[in-house]
Amino acid sequence: MNRRDFIQMAGVAAGLSMAPFSVIARAGEVLPKKGRRVVVVGGGYGGTIVSKYIRMSDPSIEVVMIERNKTFVSCPFSNLVIGGSRDLKDNMITYEKLAAKHGIQVVYDEVTGIDVAAKQVRVGAGTISYDRLVLSPGIDFRFDELEGYDPLETPKYMPHAWKAGEQTLRLRKQLVEMADGGTVVLSVPVTPFRCPPGPYERISQIAWYLKSHKPKSKLIVLDANPDIISKGPLFRKAWEKHYQGIIEFHAGNKVAKVDHKAMTVDTGVEEVKGAVINVVPPQKAGAVAYMAGVVGEDKKWCPVNQVTFESTLVPNVHVIGDACSAGAMPKSGYAANSQAKVCALNVVQLMNGKEPIPPSHVNVCYSYVTDKEAISVSAVYKVAEGKTIAVPNSGGVSPDLSELEGVYAHSWIKNILHEMSS
Amino acid sequence: MKLMGIGAAIIGGCFMIHVPAWAESPSQAAMLSNTCAGCHGTNGSSAGPSMPTIAGMPEVYLLETMKKFKSGERPSSIMGRLAKAYSDEEIKIMVDFFAKHPFGREKQEVDAAKVSIGKQIHEQRCKKCHMDNGRDSEDSGILAGQWKEYLQISMREFRSGKRPMPEKMKEKVEGEGKLTPEEVEAVIHFYASQQ
Ligand SMILES: Cc1cc2nc3c(=O)[nH]c(=O)nc-3n(C[C@H](O)[C@H](O)[C@H](O)COP(=O)(O)OP(=O)(O)OC[C@H]3O[C@@H](n4cnc5c(N)ncnc54)[C@H](O)[C@@H]3O)c2cc1C
Repeated sequence: MNRRDFIQMAGVAAGLSMAPFSVIARAGEVLPKKGRRVVVVGGGYGGTIVSKYIRMSDPSIEVVMIERNKTFVSCPFSNLVIGGSRDLKDNMITYEKLAAKHGIQVVYDEVTGIDVAAKQVRVGAGTISYDRLVLSPGIDFRFDELEGYDPLETPKYMPHAWKAGEQTLRLRKQLVEMADGGTVVLSVPVTPFRCPPGPYERISQIAWYLKSHKPKSKLIVLDANPDIISKGPLFRKAWEKHYQGIIEFHAGNKVAKVDHKAMTVDTGVEEVKGAVINVVPPQKAGAVAYMAGVVGEDKKWCPVNQVTFESTLVPNVHVIGDACSAGAMPKSGYAANSQAKVCALNVVQLMNGKEPIPPSHVNVCYSYVTDKEAISVSAVYKVAEGKTIAVPNSGGVSPDLSELEGVYAHSWIKNILHEMSS
Repeated sequence: MKLMGIGAAIIGGCFMIHVPAWAESPSQAAMLSNTCAGCHGTNGSSAGPSMPTIAGMPEVYLLETMKKFKSGERPSSIMGRLAKAYSDEEIKIMVDFFAKHPFGREKQEVDAAKVSIGKQIHEQRCKKCHMDNGRDSEDSGILAGQWKEYLQISMREFRSGKRPMPEKMKEKVEGEGKLTPEEVEAVIHFYASQQ
């Protein structure tokens, strides 16, 4: 949608060029601004936290958070649901408490357009004006890179389960309904994508389920990357310890074509058939990033100033979480949480005419390799010469797999979801 | 929290460094500390039972803890790896930040019989350092309302010898009339019951 379409659809004439219709513009404004305002798009790992921490550091700034769903379903810990050791309900949060406690105005609606010149976001119900905009929309998929992939039909037969919710339950159901002896196929796209260790945790969880419930079945993995891209030696150790003869791992095998009717995926060299097929498609920034014109030259992710998370392409628009490129930081929920806090503090600094503060981030990612044993990777990030880097001689992976890591992981999900919902 | 005794000496010895990059403004302290909340809860009050609440802890205790994580003297999964990334000055700023936030207490499931045995043991052996039912302390952790699961993990680490016990604690736990595992569990229930 271009800017003119947007203005027409919105029935809004907020642009200076259309000043005579400014009365209509006000009628279309969903929540007229009372003072300085930040609009946040997305109520996930990044959006909730940036909204909350802006209000915590300067309550004189209005925050409007726009989210399409009333209930958020967490991707972290959704692999355990697929393995069968967790209920998806435990991954869900709502926003009432967060909104009430911090005075955040939550609008449940779909963002369908952004006019960066007029500083307005379009939702189904009208327009919402901002002084600064923060986008944390997560990911969308590059379905067009998979021949034969129908964005509406294919996920019904070959779930991606890379956005948690219905897709997670669908993959779980397919595994449960599969006959013992059936082949499961999982494909991993080329990095970068949401959650680097995610596919390998998923592989572990599917294998854990097969081992105990479908011992004649196996799992074929087609990974487009030259090797496991995160915690490789630990995942391999776990697979050797627990899943010998179950996982068949093929690195450097990129799925190029899918056929959900024949239930096959094709790497161009080989066609593989499966009873259950989990295609994780390649990814890009969520659609709103394209609406705001903040997607970079790669046409996938959003380049941002690493100190403020302001787009390097469009002023007053900040991008955090999976959608942005944040140097050495992975696309993880913890990273989105950390970026949200850095962005919140520096948005407040900027709106108060102060110097931005040098960032300090943490990322910790736990992965379960059974229902109880986990491994982890962690790091502290700083900005040096404009680039986000991991602080040298610190961080790294856990020495081994252990149940204690799993115990800590459980408290991590409790804390981070609690932070997002209160 | 006031700095007293040994703690003050340690701070005097190691942390009188002046690095202007982190001049102490509230926002700069928040910049360093907010990200810890991903695991330890907003402003350091945890909602997850194996992650300790670190808000409201004595500064001396937090400083010592971070130093021990950094050197590996205290076993850890994540903290040792993370602590190494921070300068002593940055740690001092984060410690100040968390020490001044109130310790948030959530209701926990406890066994009343264990609580009452634990109370007696506390009175006899622990209250000199863990004052006011574990609510106050000069240089050790605040135990009142701390998560049971975290205290259990800590005591397992102490008793297995993985984590060195402070001398005074060793005397009370391992010395004459050495506490049984059941007694340790009872004391944990007592502290967890404190609101
Ligand atoms: C299987 C799996 C396991 C994972 N495990 C972990 C883990 O253990 N630890 C970890 O740290 N990370 C993990 N992640 C990664 C984590 O889920 C993401 O990195 C994180 O969700 C990114 O946060 P975000 O705010 O960018 O996006 P999200 O959390 O996805 O939030 C985006 C929100 O924006 C809303 N939205 C988008 N567009 C619009 C629109 N146009 N209008 C209105 N609302 C909109 C969406 O509904 C959504 O609620 C995992 C991911 C997967 C797939």
